[in-house]
Amino acid sequence: MIISNSQIELINVTHAYKTAAGPLPVVNELSLQMAPASFTAVVGPSGCGKSTLTRLIAGLLIPDHGEVRLHGERVTSPRSTVGMAFQNPVLLEWRSILDNVLLPLEIVPNDLNRSAREERAGELLAMVGLSGFEDKKPSELSGGMRQRASLCRAIVHRPEVLILDEPFGALDAFTREDLWQIMHALRTKEKITTVLITHDLRESVFLADQIVVLSDRPATAQHIVVSPLGPDRVVDDLYTPEPTKLLAQLRHQIQIAQGREVA
Amino acid sequence: MDKNLLRQIGIPIMAILIFLLFWEWIVWFNNWPNYKMASPSDLVPAFWKFRWLFLEYGWQTLWRTIAGLMLAVFFGVLIGMIMGFSRTMREGLYPLLVGFNAIPKATVVPVIALMFVGQDNFNTVLMAFMISFFPIAVSVSLGLSTLEPEYRDILRSLGASQFTIFRKIALPKTLPEFFGALKVAVTLAFIGTNLVEIIQPHGKGLGFLFDSGKISADYPLMFAVLIALAFLGIMLYYIVVLLERTFAGWAERSP
Repeated sequence: MIISNSQIELINVTHAYKTAAGPLPVVNELSLQMAPASFTAVVGPSGCGKSTLTRLIAGLLIPDHGEVRLHGERVTSPRSTVGMAFQNPVLLEWRSILDNVLLPLEIVPNDLNRSAREERAGELLAMVGLSGFEDKKPSELSGGMRQRASLCRAIVHRPEVLILDEPFGALDAFTREDLWQIMHALRTKEKITTVLITHDLRESVFLADQIVVLSDRPATAQHIVVSPLGPDRVVDDLYTPEPTKLLAQLRHQIQIAQGREVA
Repeated sequence: MDKNLLRQIGIPIMAILIFLLFWEWIVWFNNWPNYKMASPSDLVPAFWKFRWLFLEYGWQTLWRTIAGLMLAVFFGVLIGMIMGFSRTMREGLYPLLVGFNAIPKATVVPVIALMFVGQDNFNTVLMAFMISFFPIAVSVSLGLSTLEPEYRDILRSLGASQFTIFRKIALPKTLPEFFGALKVAVTLAFIGTNLVEIIQPHGKGLGFLFDSGKISADYPLMFAVLIALAFLGIMLYYIVVLLERTFAGWAERSP
């Protein structure tokens, strides 16, 4: 077996959903590599199979062909070393914010006692600016605050892989930029290998180290670029020449993927 | 006493008093005899005259209703869970349940009375159960089957078992729907109990007292029984509200 230095590897992954009208191919011969502690953004036309990709990486779906590897090991079932956050923050309304964040630690085997768990959760909540909201119920928080709590929950158990499926998609523009900055701080501190699915090209350029443009369904890697931004980035950097050029290039690639332009 | 509690108790009591006054007035104004409609002032002597019977028969009606309700909760939740988790079972059971529920329960009373001759308590509890389990089963199955897939994914991606997902998410998330259905079921269960007590009189329950009033042409007694039933219904309803506040209070938004 070839030992690679990638944390996550997709090798010729092909997957189809079984529907009444026959198999519906969603992912086709997709190969990707993500280095440890790197941040990968995946963009592509609507309905191209991006969410299927997250479920494949999380082990919630097993591909028909090809394989997904974590640490060079083939993924065949869900594993507790993964954290997930979605566009819908799916907080448990009957639990306090603190207890919501603690949820993964109740399921994933760990040797932390109650106070150590609360300390860990409190630390994360402080990082995202939710100190003092530990005892509030999710319904008492704004959309942006709920999403921040959801991010804390996704990483509280120190997963090796973080999967974000459009977590900022439903937020207003200003809240979204705040959360980009918070997300960047979190990933820098926690050193998690992150995969972000997004429709927002600016978001992908600001947050990611590498950006993958998927083709229309069945999805395959159409174009992969590296973000020009360094580790100490701020949202203002997006308005400098290099990222602007990259954004134009990505936009062009999306239009190709949509079939509106030829390469 | 704080102002809110005063409001919560004061307003319903005021409403009841206004209703009773209006009732008294309309009977007096139309000069209705008590066989057409008894007035609240006719009811007081009726209650007093039969006070021990009201306690005895009221208790019989109450415990049999609660027993039927508890069976309805148990089997309703069970059937709801089966339908909520399995699409095949849901598609198979729905038409059966709807058909069963569509049968007027009054017609079932004699059938049951023949099936279990002389088993008065059993028959009555059974009817209270049969009439009240349907909304519980439907609400639980709906609550479980409409659980957003993301909730499942969050826990599944951590390696949680189906049982853990049920205990940590599906069960608590379904509680508000469950209590909503239970409130409906409470009043239905009283109807079930009284159907048996009135259609198949066996000397027990408020339904029997109602029937005796009819036979002896004691019209105020008949009205008094109706009021006693309403009182029991309100009591049980608010017990459910209390349970709801305790176990699913999170679903209530503070203004």
